Amino acid sequence: MTALELGATIKKGDISAVEAAKFSLGQIDKYDSKFSCFVTVQDDVLARAEEVQKKIAAGEYTSPLAGVPMGIKDNMCQKGIQTSCGSLMLKSFKPTYNATAVEEIMNAGAVPLGKLNMDEFAMGSTSETSYFGATRNPWNVDCVPGGSSGGSAAAVAAGECFYALGSDTGGSIRQPASFCGVTGIKPTYGSVSRFGLVAYASSLDQIGPLARNAADCAAVLGEIMKQDKKDNTSVATDGVDLNAVLNYDVKGMKIGIPTDFFGEGLDKDVAATIEAAAKQLESMGATVEKFDMPIVKYAIPAYYIIASAEASSNLSRYDGIKYGYRADDFEDLLDLYTKSRSEGFGMEVKRRIMLGCFVLSSGYYDAYYRKALQAKALIKGAFDKAFEKYDLILGPVAPTTALKIGENLSDPLKMYLGDIYTVMINLAGLPAASVPCGFDSEGMPVGMHLIGNYFNETKILGAAHAYQQVTDWHKRTPAEI
Amino acid sequence: MVITDELVTYLEALGRIKLPEESRAKAQSDLQEILQYIDTLSELDTEGIEPMSHALPLTNVMRDDEVQPSIPTEDVLANAPAQKDNYFLVPRSFE
Repeated sequence: MTALELGATIKKGDISAVEAAKFSLGQIDKYDSKFSCFVTVQDDVLARAEEVQKKIAAGEYTSPLAGVPMGIKDNMCQKGIQTSCGSLMLKSFKPTYNATAVEEIMNAGAVPLGKLNMDEFAMGSTSETSYFGATRNPWNVDCVPGGSSGGSAAAVAAGECFYALGSDTGGSIRQPASFCGVTGIKPTYGSVSRFGLVAYASSLDQIGPLARNAADCAAVLGEIMKQDKKDNTSVATDGVDLNAVLNYDVKGMKIGIPTDFFGEGLDKDVAATIEAAAKQLESMGATVEKFDMPIVKYAIPAYYIIASAEASSNLSRYDGIKYGYRADDFEDLLDLYTKSRSEGFGMEVKRRIMLGCFVLSSGYYDAYYRKALQAKALIKGAFDKAFEKYDLILGPVAPTTALKIGENLSDPLKMYLGDIYTVMINLAGLPAASVPCGFDSEGMPVGMHLIGNYFNETKILGAAHAYQQVTDWHKRTPAEI
Repeated sequence: MVITDELVTYLEALGRIKLPEESRAKAQSDLQEILQYIDTLSELDTEGIEPMSHALPLTNVMRDDEVQPSIPTEDVLANAPAQKDNYFLVPRSFE
């Protein structure tokens, strides 16, 4: 059952929000010891469900998602609930306020089940760097769920929640959605408030939904997409009509496929699956055409320079004084900072802080940071040019399907290279989704990447919804669920 | 660009972190490998290209300049690892 179907059933009175919450808690009981999607399961779930049920009856909550149990990535502040960001640094952190996205979804009558596991500080593509241990892929427990929103994607795939909020700095919604066979969208930069989202790379970070299908994603996005006075990089989204997603027709739509997305390193099963998805869209009346986008090869270097630079600056707030982890023994103030940070952060976080310090340090700033910002301008320019011709751009989300646990953990560069198709989208600030479109020979899911122009979320999710009307990849579930 | 042991020490100091002794060598070679890859960016011709910090033209989102209640002190201090008399507690920082 999808989130919207459940919401409609609750509205009709056939199931109560409390029964729905009990069902989800039962699913968590049954599966979470195996997949480790949740870092925290809230103890107020049933109380919240009762409150929501009353407010639905009183006509206060009218959203089609009211009463539907959901999960929140552990980097979004939720009042009184541990928000760890997958790190020892924030293990004891209980925010005294809600993130705006959390507030908005609560106003729609959401019933949050708990906080979902992630790579530490959202830095990683496997959800293995979490202080709380690795999340497992429900399609194969020996595989990673992707990351950094791995807990969010796995929980939806395992049926432990009906939808989840994730965040995407370089692919962290789309890549786990692809690896776990669920639908996820990173909206246009600024369209969902970042207030209360633990900062990683502020010019790239964006919150978005992961769900069973495109229609659910549109419904969730409709609730959280709003300009916010508490986030001065948030943008007005008045022109985006997500209701139009449900009767979208791809007939006459022009779709471009960058040939550079099909270069070295792309798994042949993934390539074949994406080609088949393109043919499917063609048979539905879209025209599909290949074009060159040579800037692709510079996306990863530019991304890791910019993201690490912003991370090193953002994470300087963790000083062992205001909140977060504090070392037990220290000699002076500097020692307090250094020991608290050295003990509180894991290796990948330390690596990115050091890389960020390097690219920003005097003598290297121009060659690295400034150069990366120029590359970013060229990447945006390449997309601008492509969107003069195409409605959507199609390609793979990731070069492979889900990797085995531990496969890339000791080889950071290899892990970074897996982000080739996703990081460009964050650099350009564009919206893009991952939509289930098949499986590889091992039975692991493959997602297609649908990239749209700024504020074209309706076009992306509309095409995805139309595709999901004639395919059933998104309806398949892991064998044991 | 060669990542020397001295550079690792410098970056640790800038980032206010200290790597565990046993993972230093690996961190050094990882950083070297990452930097070597990142250096491919130097091939890209960026002559005359304006560096871009934000892809979308952003305008500041302004609030009205109205007096609002401050965050209560107890909320501000709620997550502090150490506090005293409504202040954050820190070690002596000057003599």
